[in-house]
Amino acid sequence: MHNQDSFVGKAQGLGLYMLTQFASSDIPDRLKIRKPIEHLLYQGSKTGFQMATQAARLFTPSKAKGPATRLPSQKRNNLFDLTLTDEQQMTRDSLSRFAKEILRPAAHAADEAHAIPANILAAANELGLAYYAVPEALGGAASEDSLVTQMLALEDLGHGDYTLAAAIYAPISVANVLTRFGTAAQQQQYLPAFIDETNPAIAALACNEPVPVFNPYQLKTTAVLSGDDYVLNGEKSLVLMAQDAELFIVSAQLNGEPALFIVESGLTGLSRTDEPAMGLKAGKTARLYFKNVRVPKQNLMTDVVYRDFLDLGALAACAVAVGTSQAVLDYVITYANEREAFGEPISHRQSVAFMIADMAIEVDAMRMLVWSACSLAEAGKPFHREAHLARILCGERAMKIGTDGVQILGGHGFTKEHPVERWYRDLRSVALTQNAISL
Amino acid sequence: MNLEVPKKFSMLVEQAHQVAANVFRPISRKYDKAEHAYPKELDMLASLLDGMNEGSDMASGAVSATGKPSDVVSTDIKNGSNLSTAMGAMELCWGDAGFMLALPRQGLGNAAIGAVANDEQLARFHGVWAAMAITEPGTGSDSAAIRTTAVKDGDHYILNGEKIFVTSGDRADAVVVWATLDRNVGRAAIKSFVVERGTPGMEIARLEHKLGIKSSDTAAINFVDCRVPAANLLGSPEVDVQKGFAGVMQTFDNTRPLVAAMAIGVAKASLDLTRSLLKDYLSDDYAYLPGNASYIEATLNRLEAEWEAARLLTMKAAWMADNKMPNSKEASIAKAKAARVGNEITLKCIELCGSVGYSEVDLLEKWGRDSKILDIFEGTQQIQQLIIARRVLGKSSSELK
Repeated sequence: MHNQDSFVGKAQGLGLYMLTQFASSDIPDRLKIRKPIEHLLYQGSKTGFQMATQAARLFTPSKAKGPATRLPSQKRNNLFDLTLTDEQQMTRDSLSRFAKEILRPAAHAADEAHAIPANILAAANELGLAYYAVPEALGGAASEDSLVTQMLALEDLGHGDYTLAAAIYAPISVANVLTRFGTAAQQQQYLPAFIDETNPAIAALACNEPVPVFNPYQLKTTAVLSGDDYVLNGEKSLVLMAQDAELFIVSAQLNGEPALFIVESGLTGLSRTDEPAMGLKAGKTARLYFKNVRVPKQNLMTDVVYRDFLDLGALAACAVAVGTSQAVLDYVITYANEREAFGEPISHRQSVAFMIADMAIEVDAMRMLVWSACSLAEAGKPFHREAHLARILCGERAMKIGTDGVQILGGHGFTKEHPVERWYRDLRSVALTQNAISL
Repeated sequence: MNLEVPKKFSMLVEQAHQVAANVFRPISRKYDKAEHAYPKELDMLASLLDGMNEGSDMASGAVSATGKPSDVVSTDIKNGSNLSTAMGAMELCWGDAGFMLALPRQGLGNAAIGAVANDEQLARFHGVWAAMAITEPGTGSDSAAIRTTAVKDGDHYILNGEKIFVTSGDRADAVVVWATLDRNVGRAAIKSFVVERGTPGMEIARLEHKLGIKSSDTAAINFVDCRVPAANLLGSPEVDVQKGFAGVMQTFDNTRPLVAAMAIGVAKASLDLTRSLLKDYLSDDYAYLPGNASYIEATLNRLEAEWEAARLLTMKAAWMADNKMPNSKEASIAKAKAARVGNEITLKCIELCGSVGYSEVDLLEKWGRDSKILDIFEGTQQIQQLIIARRVLGKSSSELK
C-alpha cells in the first residue's frame, strides 16, 4: 500500500481540483448556491490539511435559555420525483471522487491497522460535511433539514469503504442528534466544536449493549438522579471511534424509559477497552464501562423523540450499506467480465450473471426504501414505517450481497487480495440495525 | 426528492379502489369457479372507463394499459400516464387480477396499438378491443424465434401459424399478431398485424384451463391462409435490420412496469387480509424492532418491506417512462422484483394463516394461484434477470445466452 503522506497529497490535489472546477464554471452564477457548498469549498481552500490533535477540549457550559435551534423541514412539490437538486448532485460528485481516490485506496491498510489514518479523517473534515449538521445560527451552514443530502453523502462514502464512511460519519451523527433534539444550552455548549476548523470534535453514539437479544427500549444501562447529577451504570458495546472520542451520546434507562445523555469522555468512572469485531475494524470499536459516572443534570436530552432517534440511526447505517452494496456490485461486474473459465468470461454463465442481476435488483430496492424514508423525514412527515421497512430489507439484502460478492470471486474472494473479503465482514454489521444502531 | 404517490392521483386511486372493492371482489370467487364464463358485470364498468378515458388525460391512466409518454416536450418533471396507469393497476389487482386482464378495450393489444400505430391506424382502431398474440407452442420467452409467417399478396398479407396464451383472444374485437415477413432475417422481420375477429382463416382452437386468473380467458388461435389488409400492419412495413425488433420490444418497456404493478396489487390484497386476520398477533405501528418481534410479526413485516421496495421500483420505472428516460433495465428490475415477491408474499400469507389461508372460504389461496402468472407473462423472472444481467455486464445476447 502507499505510504500515508501520499494520501494527504491526493487529498490536497482533490480539494484544489474541486475549487478550480468550481471557480472556472458558471455554476456559482447560474445557480443560487446555498451555504453548504460554499463552505465545502471555502473550508477546503482556506485551512489546508492539518493533523487532528488530541488536545483536551473544554466544553464550556452555556447559560442559554429559550427554545433550541431546529432546522425547518424541506418544502417540496407534490410530484413523485427522484431527480436530485443541483446542490445534491454537486455534493455527490465531490464525495464520489473522494471515496474513489481517498477512501478506497486507504481502506485495506486501515482495516489491517485497526485504525483510520489521521490524515484521512482530516481530509474528510475538509469536505465540510459537519456543516450540514450544524445550524447557521450556531456557525454551521444548515438552514433546513438536509437529511436526503446527508444520506446521499453516506451512500457515496460507503461506496469508498463501509467502515471509513462509518467512522467519518460518527461525529456528524452526534451533531445531527444535538441539532435535532438538544436543548439551547446543549447546542451552544457542544455544537461549535464540531465545526472547529483546526480540531473538530470526535464523537460517537454509544447505544448498543452487549446482550444477545438487545432491546433498545429496555436498556441494561441505568441512570439515577443524585443531587445535580445523573449517575450512570452499565456497558455499551461496539462504540465507533471510542478511544479517540471526546463526547458520547449514551442511552440509559431512566425511570423505566430509555433516555439519552451527553457524556464527556473524561468523566470519572468512565473507562474503555478495545473491542474489535468481525468488521468495522478501522472504526476502532470499543466497549465503554460506566461505573457510577456522574453526568451533570443538564446533559440529559429532554426533547428526544427516541423512536425517531433509533430510526435515523438505522437509516444512516442503511445508506452506507446501499453504497457498499453498490461497490460490491461494481466490483464483481468488472471481475466477472475479466475472469475467464472454460474459455470465456464467467459473466457469460447464467449462474454467475443471474447472481449479479439479483444484486442489481436488490441494491436499487434497498436504495428506494432508504430514499423514501429519508425524504419523508426531511419533509417533516411520519417516517417510522418506512424506516422500519428499510432496516429490515437492508439487513437482509446487504448481507446477501456481501456473501455473494465473495462467492462470485470464489477462492480469490476469500483472500484479502480483494475488498469483497472486507465488505463481507463489514456488511454483517448492517444486520445489527435490526435491533440497534451502529451509526 | 419525493417518493409518495402524487396528490393529483389520489382521486384516481380512490376510484380504482372503489371499483376493486365493490365490483371485482364480490364476484371474484364466482368467476374463479366458473372458468370461461364471460364476466358480464365488467361490460358496464368498461363503458364507464371509456367515458373516463375520453374525459380526461388523467383518468386514462386509472385502468387502461395504454400508457404512452405524452408528446409534450418539457424539461419539467412529469407524473404522467405511465405512473397513473401503474397506480390504477395496483388498485384494480388488489380487487382481482383476472378481471383487470379481462376488462374490455384495456388489453395489451391496445397497448401495442398505442405504442406503434400511426395516426390513421390510431383513428381506425379507436374503441377496438385488441388482444395480443405473441407466444407460439415452440416459442415461449424467445419471441424473436416466432414461426408464424406473413406473406405479402397485393393489398393483403397472408398469415399462417399457431398462437397460444392469447389473453381475451376469444372475447376481443381484434388480435394483434406477431408474424415474420422473412424467417431468414430474424428479429428485424417481425411485424405486428391487427387481425379483426371473424377474419376468415382465424380460428379459436381452444381455451386453456389454468392455475389462476381463471376469469381471464386464454385462447389458442390458428391462422390458416388468413388474409389481413396491408394497412393493418402496425408501424413500418420495411425490414430494417438496424432497428426493426427494437420497436416491437419497446412495448415491453411500458408494459413491464404495468405487470409489476399488477403483482403489487395482488400481493397487497394478501398482506391486507393477513394483517387483519392476524391482528391479535401484531404490534401497533411497527412497535417491535425486527429482532424483538414474534415470528409472525417479523415475517409479515419482512414481506411488507419486500413489497414496499417492489412498489417503489415500479413507480420509478413508470416515472422514467413518463419523463422519456430510457428505462429498459429499470422496467425489468421492477418486473423481476415485484413478480417474485408478489408470488412469495401471497404464498407465505397462506402459510401464516394456516387452514384459513388454504381454504376457499377466503381468497388468500386464490391470490396464491393468481400471482404465479405475473412472474411468467411479459417475460419470466429468468428473462428479466437475463435482460438486467446483459445491461449491467454490458453483454450482447450472443455472449450471455
